[in-house]
Amino acid sequence: MMGISSVIQSHLLSLLIWLPIFGGVLTLMVGNSRPQAARWTALAVASVTLALTIPLLAGFNAGGEVMQFIERHAWIPSYSIEYNLGADGISIALIGLTTLTTVLVLIGAWTAIDKRVSQYYAALLILEGLMIGVFSAMDALLFYVFFEGMLIPMFIIIGVWGGPRRVYASVKFFLYTFLGSVFMLVGLIYLYLKGGSWQLADMAAQPLNMVEQTWLFFAFLAAFAVKVPMFPVHTWLPDAHVEAPTGGSVILAAIMLKIGGYGFIRFVLPIVPDAGHHYAWLVIALSLIAVIYVGMVALVQEDMKKLIAYSSVAHMGFVTLGTFIAFSLVRDANLQDAARLGLQGAMVQMISHGFISGAMFSCVGVLYDRMHTRMIRDYGGVANVMPWFAMFWVLFAMANSGLPGTSGFVGEFMVVVAAFQAHPMIAFAAALTLIISAGYTLWLTKRVIWGEVGNAHVAELEDINMREWIVLGVFAIGVIALGVYPKPLTDLMEPSIAQLASQLAATKL
Amino acid sequence: MMQNMPTVADLMPLLPEIILVGAAFALLMLDLFMSEKQRVVTHLLAIASLVAVAVMVIVGVGGQGTVLSGMFIRDDMADVLKIGVCLVSALALVYAWPFLRERGLYKGEVPVLVMFAVAGMMLLISAGSLVMVYLGLELLALCSYALVAIDRDSPLASEAAMKYFVLGALASGMLLYGMSLVYGATGSIDLVTINATASSVSQPTMLLAGVAFMVAGIAFKFGAAPFHMWLPDVYHGAPTPITLFIGSAPKLAAFAMAIRVLDLGAGPLSEHWQPMLAGLAALSLILGNLIALAQTNLKRMLAYSTVSHVGFLFLGLAGGGAAGNAAAMFYALSYAIMASAAFGAIVVMSRRGFEADRIDDFKGLNARDPWSAGLVLCVMASLAGVPPFLGFWAKLVVLQAALQGDLLWLAIVGIVCAVIGAFYYLRVMKVMYFDEPSGEPMHARKDPVLGVVFGVNALSLLAFGLFWNPLMAWCQQAFA
Repeated sequence: MMGISSVIQSHLLSLLIWLPIFGGVLTLMVGNSRPQAARWTALAVASVTLALTIPLLAGFNAGGEVMQFIERHAWIPSYSIEYNLGADGISIALIGLTTLTTVLVLIGAWTAIDKRVSQYYAALLILEGLMIGVFSAMDALLFYVFFEGMLIPMFIIIGVWGGPRRVYASVKFFLYTFLGSVFMLVGLIYLYLKGGSWQLADMAAQPLNMVEQTWLFFAFLAAFAVKVPMFPVHTWLPDAHVEAPTGGSVILAAIMLKIGGYGFIRFVLPIVPDAGHHYAWLVIALSLIAVIYVGMVALVQEDMKKLIAYSSVAHMGFVTLGTFIAFSLVRDANLQDAARLGLQGAMVQMISHGFISGAMFSCVGVLYDRMHTRMIRDYGGVANVMPWFAMFWVLFAMANSGLPGTSGFVGEFMVVVAAFQAHPMIAFAAALTLIISAGYTLWLTKRVIWGEVGNAHVAELEDINMREWIVLGVFAIGVIALGVYPKPLTDLMEPSIAQLASQLAATKL
Repeated sequence: MMQNMPTVADLMPLLPEIILVGAAFALLMLDLFMSEKQRVVTHLLAIASLVAVAVMVIVGVGGQGTVLSGMFIRDDMADVLKIGVCLVSALALVYAWPFLRERGLYKGEVPVLVMFAVAGMMLLISAGSLVMVYLGLELLALCSYALVAIDRDSPLASEAAMKYFVLGALASGMLLYGMSLVYGATGSIDLVTINATASSVSQPTMLLAGVAFMVAGIAFKFGAAPFHMWLPDVYHGAPTPITLFIGSAPKLAAFAMAIRVLDLGAGPLSEHWQPMLAGLAALSLILGNLIALAQTNLKRMLAYSTVSHVGFLFLGLAGGGAAGNAAAMFYALSYAIMASAAFGAIVVMSRRGFEADRIDDFKGLNARDPWSAGLVLCVMASLAGVPPFLGFWAKLVVLQAALQGDLLWLAIVGIVCAVIGAFYYLRVMKVMYFDEPSGEPMHARKDPVLGVVFGVNALSLLAFGLFWNPLMAWCQQAFA
């Protein structure tokens, strides 16, 4: 037994990546003709993957090296590409979010998906493995392979099980992301030609002049701004979210958007710190536009999913704001602590938004499964017939508005406090979100949940069943736990944040 | 200088070619005594000889060397490309059998013509002088014309063959004219001698004009824009397995021709021909991808996509140097595998009276036959250059070569075109997965051999995509 457990310990990240991928292939082989067997196979695989996160969390030594669980092998020696995996606190938090959300999504889709079941579950599992790969790759090309590999399963998920305009949405999603990331590829090749290595650590140590950094910065920005998504390249997101099936929306909002934020801290901060500093104003401005303008756009939406999609763009604005405000704090004002607070806030916001957006989309999924409409006007007074559901909805709505005590408050508050030390006006603009997001979320809640029963269809609604209870319950635990006691999460990420802050400060010119 | 007659030792490096040609003659005779039912013997023997020749090259029968007073060069590059040509051609014959058989087109000449075409390609790959280049090229071209016309009752195929022949003759003429100018300027047809004297000729303009004509000839053989006009019609008109054959292996030979003529022969003029290749690359990328967007016929779409892939291949050649050549060679090998899988998919889906060559024919394939749909998905993803499939790595290495050659603008053109190109590959995935089946009930042919071969062919794109080191190491070794 000792032998097995030590093998698991030393190959933990590989297991986390490949178990879901091979599990997905296994689920495919079960076939669409045996849907129940396919569901159970997929759920078993995802549960084991979730269980593997426990040794990952338990084995992480917060006082040790920043990167742990390292697995490094030659992969393509003729091109010095390595199979190099490693995880720091940020990666581990995001991997945990991924494995947990995947299990919930699989449970949530149990009856909602009834055609080509095995393919749906297989696509989700393969996607899970690829996303974990993104969060643990330390070789730039390995990262790129996982990063781009995700496109095909997501393309299929949106296109096969999506809504009426699914073809448009899936193709738009694919081409937007593809276009963004090929520029990054050229940037990575340039770095390889210059330094002779694909390792992120070597790229971070590579001196670069300002011209090179500027080009690389915009190459990275193209890739990650689309993924986050930042204003003005966010337009694929509302389409993709609206048309995707519930599971696809949850995965998109909870995890795939985080890959954009993760990319910024893994690539932009360490590799092009000077260009990052020079153009921080641009990212900060775009983030504030996302927070305010896109928030206002969310106000006028008539489709619940579209509203939450725009709210995602607005909330992800805090992630980019917190990340780039750190530049001006460290470089211009020499406020190390404030910079760390901003970065920490951005990372907490990523995890928190994962829970909240996942939960919100799951809630919409619950309603959609019963009514087959996402239009706000088709609802009204849902609380009268679905009291348990209404309880969860209101909790998540409060979290989305950033109510203290929920996870939504923690990250945004940290970012606003950090931003205040850079410039009070930035903090003021960012803090407007508390009004705007409360506006659209509570108005949505008022129109859907409160009031008189809207129509005969609503009157016939049944409250959530056991399965839906589990899904929403787990999300609720995450939202409250993170809101009340975020310290374990911040402690987990602190060493990486400290390293990032020092990388920001060091010029590479 | 008096040339002696070649000795037996001189002919040893040619042994694989000699055996292949001998086998082709033997099969031509043997087939005369075979009835229609017994033709499978010819078919299997042809495949066996191609595989045997590949094995001989792998184990190094005859050894490497430059023989026939420099006319014939057998080096690492030649060996790797010959292995590729033989195996891909054998694969083409496997695909051809059921398709041509049920249409009554698998005549005894088909395998023999393929074998002679392979012999022509092998000579071209090993060419050390302009005459050998021309001989190999014409042997390949004549066999290809005949193969395209094998369905002589089809007006489409006859038209394609006629266009191919006329335009091919024009290209040969240009090539020959270029060769004569080069000969006039340098006084030699030997590529090594041309290389040695190129920088000190008395009439550099004449030499340059000759090289330009030869570049045009090479571009024609590749199908690079603006010399791509023959490609869509020929790919569309020819029976699909023949398209598969002329779309895959000859690209390897054309790559070798470019290396021999331009790098080995006109190497000192690289500052002149590299910009030409860069221009051709940009034009091919843009035209190929844009026109492919508008196609509804899958074979035509793949033809225009070939033009764009040739553009990518030229990215590597234009980048230049050992790394650029190795990258282009890697691209050629990858493309040969991808093209066989792509046209193989059409062969597998088609049956008598149903060519399966319209994109709409693939509608709803996933609902009827998820396994085949998954394989076609792999092929399309690889052609589009999505990791981890082989097509992505091929694009990566040529992009790197272009950047190394300070061709940032060309690399940018390349990636933007790759995104445009992704759209039409996505459309194939879209009809297979998102659309409901309509029209002809679509499913893979019930042929175990073909099914396995196509499965291996398509999945090899994934396998090579995950473990492409050996392939790349060979290419790098060829230019070490």
